Order: sequence, then C-alpha cells, then structure tokens
Amino acid sequence: MTLVLLILLPLVGGFAAWIVGRRNTGVCRWLSLAVVLAELALVLRVWARHLGDAGLGSSGPWLEIFERAWIPKLGISFILAIDGLSLLMVVLTAFIGVMAVLVSWREIEERVGIYFACLLWVLAGITGVFMALDLFLFYFFWEVMLIPMYFLIGVWGHERRIYASVKFFIFTLAGGLLMLVSILALTLSHAASTGIYTFDYTELLGTPLSSPSALWIMLGFFIAFAVKLPAVPIHNWLPDAHTEAPTAGSLILAALLLKTGAYGLIRFVVPLFPEQSAAMAPWALWLGVLGIIYGALLAFAQTDLKRLVAYTSVSHMGFVLIGVYSWNELALQGTVMQMICHGLSTGALFMIVGMLYDRIHTRDVTEMGGLWKAAPKLGGVAMVFAMASLGLPGTGNFVGEFLIIFGAFKVSIPVTVAALLGIVAATVYSLRIIQTTFHGPAATSWEIPDMSSREMLMMAPMILAIVWLGLWPSTVIATFEPALKSLMHLVPTLWGGG
Amino acid sequence: MDGFCCSLPLWLIPALPAAGFVVLALVGARLPKRWAAVIGAGSVGLSAAVTPCAASCYLRHPPDGGVRIERLWTWIDVGTFDIGFSLALDALSLVMIFVVTFVGFLIHLYSTEYMADDPGFSRFFAYMNLFVAFMLMLVLADNLFLLYLGWEGVGLCSYLLIGFWYDDPENGRAARKAFVVTRVGDTAMAIALLLIFKHAGTLDIGQAMTWASDNWAVGSGLAVAVAFLLLGGAVGKSAQLPLQVWLPDAMAGPTPVSALIHAATMVTAGVYLIARTHAVFMLAPAAMTAVAVIGAATLLLAGCSALVQTDIKRVLAYSTISQIGYMFLGLGVGAWSAAIFHLMTHSFFKALLFLGAGAVIISLHHEQDIFKMGGLRDRLPTVFWTFLIGSASLAALPLVTAGFYSKDLILWYSWSTEYGSPWLWAAGTVGAFLTALYSFRLVFIVFFGDEKGHVERHPGLRILIPLVVLAVLSVIGGLVETPAMLGHVTLFSDLLDPVLPPAESTVPGHQTEHLLQAVVAAITLVGVFLAFLFYVRRPSIPAALRSSPLGARVCRFWLSGWGFDTLYDRILVRPFVDLARLLRLDPFDGISSTLGRVTAAGNSVLSRTQDGRIRTYVFGIGVGAVIAVTIVVFT
Repeated sequence: MTLVLLILLPLVGGFAAWIVGRRNTGVCRWLSLAVVLAELALVLRVWARHLGDAGLGSSGPWLEIFERAWIPKLGISFILAIDGLSLLMVVLTAFIGVMAVLVSWREIEERVGIYFACLLWVLAGITGVFMALDLFLFYFFWEVMLIPMYFLIGVWGHERRIYASVKFFIFTLAGGLLMLVSILALTLSHAASTGIYTFDYTELLGTPLSSPSALWIMLGFFIAFAVKLPAVPIHNWLPDAHTEAPTAGSLILAALLLKTGAYGLIRFVVPLFPEQSAAMAPWALWLGVLGIIYGALLAFAQTDLKRLVAYTSVSHMGFVLIGVYSWNELALQGTVMQMICHGLSTGALFMIVGMLYDRIHTRDVTEMGGLWKAAPKLGGVAMVFAMASLGLPGTGNFVGEFLIIFGAFKVSIPVTVAALLGIVAATVYSLRIIQTTFHGPAATSWEIPDMSSREMLMMAPMILAIVWLGLWPSTVIATFEPALKSLMHLVPTLWGGG
Repeated sequence: MDGFCCSLPLWLIPALPAAGFVVLALVGARLPKRWAAVIGAGSVGLSAAVTPCAASCYLRHPPDGGVRIERLWTWIDVGTFDIGFSLALDALSLVMIFVVTFVGFLIHLYSTEYMADDPGFSRFFAYMNLFVAFMLMLVLADNLFLLYLGWEGVGLCSYLLIGFWYDDPENGRAARKAFVVTRVGDTAMAIALLLIFKHAGTLDIGQAMTWASDNWAVGSGLAVAVAFLLLGGAVGKSAQLPLQVWLPDAMAGPTPVSALIHAATMVTAGVYLIARTHAVFMLAPAAMTAVAVIGAATLLLAGCSALVQTDIKRVLAYSTISQIGYMFLGLGVGAWSAAIFHLMTHSFFKALLFLGAGAVIISLHHEQDIFKMGGLRDRLPTVFWTFLIGSASLAALPLVTAGFYSKDLILWYSWSTEYGSPWLWAAGTVGAFLTALYSFRLVFIVFFGDEKGHVERHPGLRILIPLVVLAVLSVIGGLVETPAMLGHVTLFSDLLDPVLPPAESTVPGHQTEHLLQAVVAAITLVGVFLAFLFYVRRPSIPAALRSSPLGARVCRFWLSGWGFDTLYDRILVRPFVDLARLLRLDPFDGISSTLGRVTAAGNSVLSRTQDGRIRTYVFGIGVGAVIAVTIVVFT
C-alpha cells in the first residue's frame, strides 16, 4: 500500500496545491513543501526498513509489491513493485522533489498554484515510472510525466519557451508512441505463443520472439529511452528544454527525467530482449562514446551557462549508455551510481545557474566573471559541483565513472580509452564553468547578495550527499546489489555469445 | 612515550590537515586572521608532530613484513573489486610523510607572515591544508585506487592555488593548463590501473606487485605496457618531458605554493609512484631505459632553460624540472633509494630557495625580475646566507651540502648499474655543470653587484625561522647516506632496503667511483667559477653572447622552454577549440529541424489545394479521376 501512497501523495497534493494556490500562494508553497517532505520521509522509511532487517534480497526479487486487476479483459493490471534499483531511483526522486520545491520558492510569482500542481504531478509520474511493472501502466506514467513537464517549460520558462516545450513534447511523444507500438507488439507476440494476453513484466520476460521482428520491437523501446537519456544524435531536444525551463524544470529534467531513460534500458530493454541487446551492444557503446566526446566539445563551446551545463548532461549520460551495455556487475553498479550522482551534481549546477540568473539576470558567461569576490559562498558551492562534474575522486561521480570504466574495460578496451579521453575533456569544460563566472576579472563591480539561508539549506544536503557517495558509496552499492543479482540472473551477459 | 606513540592511529596524520580544511572552509571567512593562521599552520604542525611519533613506533616495533596497515573502511566493494579506504606505512611512505608534514609545516609557518596582508588569507590556508591532506593520502594509500584519489586531489589543490589570485586571467590560464596537462598523464595512469586490475585482479599495491613479479616475464608486453602507462602519469605530475610545459607557468601562484607544491612535494609524486611500482618497471627494461632517458633529456633541457630566465621563480621552476630529471635518471638506472634520497634533499633546498626568493620578492614589493634586484647581500643578510646555502646544495658543492651526496649517488649509479651507461652519466654531469652555473648566476645577480631595488620591508621571524631550519637541513640532510670514501654511512638506504631493492654496481672496486666523483666535483666548481666570472667579474661576456645573432636565437628558444608551448598549441589546443567552435550550433539539430521544415513546407503546399474555389476542386477531381482510370485500364 505504501507504494500506492507514494504516487497518490504528490498526485493529490498537486490538486490541493492548485486549489489552495488560487487563494493564497504562501500557503500553497508550504503545502507543496509539506507534500514533498512527507514523500521523502515515506520513502526513506521504506529504505530504512529494508536496509535494517537485512531484508534486501532475502524476499525474492521484489522488496514490496502491489497488484490489482485493472482492465482484466486486455490483460492489463495495476502492478507496482520496487527492488533496490527502483528504491534508489524513488529516493532520488523524492530528494530532488524537495529541492525543486525549494528552488521555486521565490522564482515563481505567477500562477503559483497550477505551477506547484504541475511540479507535483511530474514527480508523481516519475515515481510511477520507476515502480510500474505492468507495461501498459508504465506507458501511462511515461505520458503522465510528459504533460505537466510540457507546461512547466512552456508556461514558466524563459524567452524561447514555446519552441523548447514543443520540441521536447514532440521528441518525447514520438519516442513514447514507438514504445507503445512495441509494447503492443510484444504482448501480441506473447499471446501468439502462449494464448494469454498480458502486459505483466514478469510474465513477458523470456517471451520467444522471431528474430527480425524482435529487433524492431526492441528498437522501439530503445529509441524511446535513448531520446530521454539522451543519446546522440537524438539529444537535441535537451539543450533547448534545459535552457528554457525554469530552474526547477531543469533540475527535474536533468536529475530525474533523464534517469527514466537509463532505468528503462536496464529494466526493460536488456531483460526483455537479451539477444537483440547483445547484437546492439557494440553499437551502443560507441554511441555512448560519441555522446561523451560530442557533449564535452559542445559544452566547451557554449556561452549560455545553462546550455553549457545541459551539454555536460549529454556527456555524462554517455557513460550511462556504456555502463548499461557493458552489462556486468562493475559497470551496472557504476551506472546506478552515475545516475544518482549525475542527478545531484548536474541538478546542483542548474540550481547555481538559477541563483546567478536571479541575481544578475543573464546566463551569458561573457558578461560574468569575478563573481567570487561578491559571492564567495556561491563560488565555493559551484566549485564543489564543477569538481564533481569533472569526476574528481572524493565525489560520487568519480566512483560512478570509474566503476563504469572498470566494467567496460572487460568488454572493450578502445571504448574505455575513448571514454577516458572524455574525462580529460570534462576537465576542460568544468574548469571553464568556474573560470568564466566566479574567477577571472570582474566584468562590472558586482553588488549581489551571497547565498541566503534558504539557498544554503538547499545546497548543504546536495554537497553532503555527493561527498558521502564519494567516500561511502557502499550505501548505494549494497542497496542495489540484490536487484543487480537478479538482473544478472535474467541476463548473465551481453558479451561473448553467452 | 613509546606506548602513546604506538596508540596514535595513522589516520590522524592526514585527518588533521583535512579537519583544518573543513573548519577553514566553513567558518574561515568569519575568523580573525590570527585564528585562521593558528588553524591552518597548527593542523599541519600537529600532523608533523605525530609523524616522528609514528616513525619511532615503526622503527622500534617493526610490523610484520615492514608494513603497518590500517583499514579505515570499505570504500568500494563490488564483487572482486574490493577497495579499502586503507593506509599503509612502510619505510618509503615514512620518508614521504616526513617530507610532506615537516617541510609542509615550515612553509605554512612562513605563509602566515608572507600572506598576512592578503584578503584571501583563510581561503589560502584552507586550500593549503586540503593539499597536505591529499598529499598524505597519496603517499599513505595502500592501494592504487586510493593513491589515485590523493593524486587527483593534489592536482585540484595545485589548480586552486596556482589560480589563487583569480582576478588575473593569466593566472587562471596557468592554473587550467596545469590541471589539464597533468590530467592527460593521469588518463594514462588510469589505463595502467585498469590493466593491473584486469590481470592481477587487485589494486592493492603490495599484492599487485607480487603478482606481477610472479606472473609476468621480464620484457612481457603487458608489463611493458603497464610500466609505460604509469610513466605517463608520472611525467605529467612530475613535469618531465613531454608534459613539462605546465610547471613554469604554475609559478603564477603565491610563492609558498611554489615551494610546497611545485618544488617539495606534489611534483615529486611521479618519482614516488615509479618507486612504489618499481616491481613492474623491473619487468620492463624498455620502460626503465625510457625513464632514464626522459630524466637525462629533461635535466639537460630544463637546465639550459634555467640559464636564461629572468624571472627568479621561473629560474627555480626550470631548476625543479631539471632536478626531478635527476630523480628520474636515478629511477631509470634502478637506483631507487638514491632517487628518493635526492627527492628528500631536493625538498629541503628547493623549498628553501623558493622561500628565500619569496622573501626577496616581498622585500622588493613584488619584484620578480632578477635584473631589477642586486646587492641584497647586506640588506637581507639572513636571506642571503640561507639562499647561498640552498644554491650551494642545489649546485651540489662537494662535501658540505646535502645535494652533493644525493646527486653524487645518482650519478655514480647512472654509470655503474646494469641499466646505466657512460652516456647517461655524461648527461648528468653536463647537467651538474649547468646547475652550478645557473644557481650561482642567480646568487650573484640577486645578491651581489649594485643595489637596484629598494628594500621596503624586512622579513620577520616567521619567515626567517623556516629559512634557517631548511638551510641547516640542506647542509646536514645529506649525511644520512655518504659514499664509501667519506665514512660510508648507509642509514637511508638501510631504511629503504626492505621496500626498494638496493642498486648494485657492476663496476668492481672503488677506483672508478672516486675518479668519477672527482670529475663531477671539478666540473661543478668550474661551473661556480664561470658564474662568478660572468656575473661578477666580466658581465660583458654573457652580454656579448646574448647579443650575437646565434646567441640571441638560442636564448629566445631556451627562454620559451624549447618551443613546446607553441607546438602543443598548434597540434592540440587549437584543433580542439576550432572543432568545438565548428560544432557549436550542434549540427545534429539540423536533422530534426530539417524534418520540421519539410513538414511545414508540406503543409504550405498542401494547404494551397484548399483555397475555397470550386474550380480548383473540380480540377482536382478531374485529374484524380483521369489518374484512377488510367491505373485501372493499364494494370
């Protein structure tokens, strides 16, 4: 029942925020904060329960499961379940959710009620995506998170928000429709061989598929997730969406929405289509490399700070693609670590860009410089996350990237070496972030306030989390491990014909 | 005392400066400078106090296998990838932590005065403390993954401190250059780690080295590959050919930073790394040769460049590159402990020289051009005498300086071990001549002759005490290891013997050794004499050399560090920047926007058919009917 509550809470909370927001925006903000904090408390309780009694992995593949019939005639049921992977993603969602409400506190002045409603609904959709085990339900949540996000960008975004939101919508919707076709095809194939219509993930695992059609079905899923990830060359909705979205929108996009793509690859694409994924794996690795290098080069070339950070996402998510398709223990642990740490570090960078924009009303780095003197705290925080972004040891990003690299080294040496070159390129763009904004000669004599206590309150947990994960990554590793074991049991390897 | 010392955990040594960093980073800006100084210097001082304690415990109660291991927690545990956050103390790390904490503390003490007027005072000490903590992690790490943490961490602090005065974009450029160039080397090192883990199945240094010795044949491809990749990391960090370009520019940082990071500790990390992984290098003769040749070439190139610099810190920077070249030469001929010995003495005299240079620089109101100095001998007597001792030690003046004993040992082994050759020895000897020449050029130009600048302030005790202590060490620090002719003390190599295999001379007897020593000593003295002649007696000679067409050319070439910067700019930096500029607008975006344009164009074409006129529709129906009939008829 807790799982249902995790979705209902932000969903109902969103309606409440909408209604309250019409009368009193202050109460609406506090209400939204209460909702996300309650969500976080709830999910942390679940985590603590399973960490505490060594229950992780002892009770079968799923830690908790909730199952009800929904549209039985079509074999559609309402199944929510979590394992370590889902749990970690839901924890991340709730944590980022709190941050998203906090960054919006002063930034959003118009239509506050409906704004917070959209924000909470996106969170509900994402939470659903990470827990749904019925493919139809999964598709449903996939679209649920799309629509409020579209409004967040299109209504509360910056100058080119309409262009960006439409682009975002078309890309994601096109991917989603491909996935829907693939889901239907998979169900029909399953029915053809067993006579049972079902959308249940566990039932569909191991469905025998004839080879040419299976490849196409797999590609339908793959493209939907690769758009979200994003993988080059279908990444180009992302820089526009990130740049034009309000801060909370960029935060949710970077920290959570991109992770749904990675999650989909791990949960659905590889386990449902092991043979096709194996055929795809070498291509996927090089797509990952392309993303890493291409993203890094483009990040370096940008002058819009938000766009710069957006392209770093493309670069970092290339590692995730490599991690997934290397498909071994090290690489997958690294992938999950990278997903979480990229969420925190890039999310934090977007928050910092938001704070800067709030103070100097520009995102153009050529107009910045020398801000450290005026805002040393903000500079220090930015330094921490720039270092995380270049994968400095001591931050979780290092653990993630290096676990992926150690895992990938087992399957392809050239890919690993190319990915390592991407880390050098990451140094170049990350240092540029600091150099062009906080360091360098002051463009004008800045008179801006340093971080407020609300902002410190937001950034402190982010810093603690990223350093914690850098020094004690076992928190994440141990939580994911049983889930990883069962994934590896489903698909032992994508490499070596096995 | 003994019991107390042995009860102190090892982690205190890096944790104290780390704690100093945390406190300064959180509340440093609000603390009065006095407190920031107490925390900054005090934390390193405490660490320096714990070190001899740990040393005495280690020496009196030697642990099993000569290594004291302290596992703090499990860092990463994924299947067989089991990495502990663990520290290991053996003789080699003992020498290193001694250098880092002790020299580090003296430099911190010096900085409390040197940086006293800087608005970024507490930020400076926060970065310095963080550096010391990472450096100690580097040398105490018991596995390569943790070593890599320290390795990258010191790189970060180096970046932060080179660019400490961030409002000047030149400093920022120098800082980024240092970070990026060393990270190129780090990438090679990371690949070495990957290979070691893939084959040995562990990153624990001891286990991996044992495994390599047991399983890889001498000259096997993997051993050679791993050794060369580790060498790649080492040349980046230690500013050796071909990645030496960042160090001269790194002088943009405050002078204590140059003393601590870019002379005494971080830049020698590459030497430490190779010594630490010597087992792999011994399996790879090609890599050994490469190390020695890189060392020899670097010491010559940098020695020449040091000869023509006019900025006091750049002279010392090239000198550092050159001296680390000696250490590499020592490593390359298998004289492991001699290289570490030179690392230690170098840290004394080079830190001393940088601190002395710093004292001169602030006395002359931030003047760094040596030709605007002069005659400071009487104005700054303590600085003069200590600087003279430092220079003598750098030039390896026979018998009385620490530098003599360590350099002599390296030169002897570069001739006599199985990896050695007369050529390597000759390079080292020419280098010794250059060293004597440029170090005394500096002394004579800065401290002799006419007074050109005005001494504005005299250094106080917190500057003078570190100078004196380091000067004493620059003299007596070499007596822990002396050649056969001079007492044959072997304390240092005995200490390191369990960790680093002793170098073995293939030349029997001591005759050759004595002869070579005499030759080097004579050449050194000639160098000092020539410096005296050129820069005190007959300044017209170097002036004439410089103004001759060839001389001017060579001078410019050496001044620019042999044109490496221009080369890298052409073949690496500019292509990267140009490519980035070319791609700036994201060509892949063209695909989807073309799709969008095609759709829009299709819309405008097709919407013309709906113009509301009956004749258009009739025409459409007519044409359609004709086409339909045609198809029916003809198929």
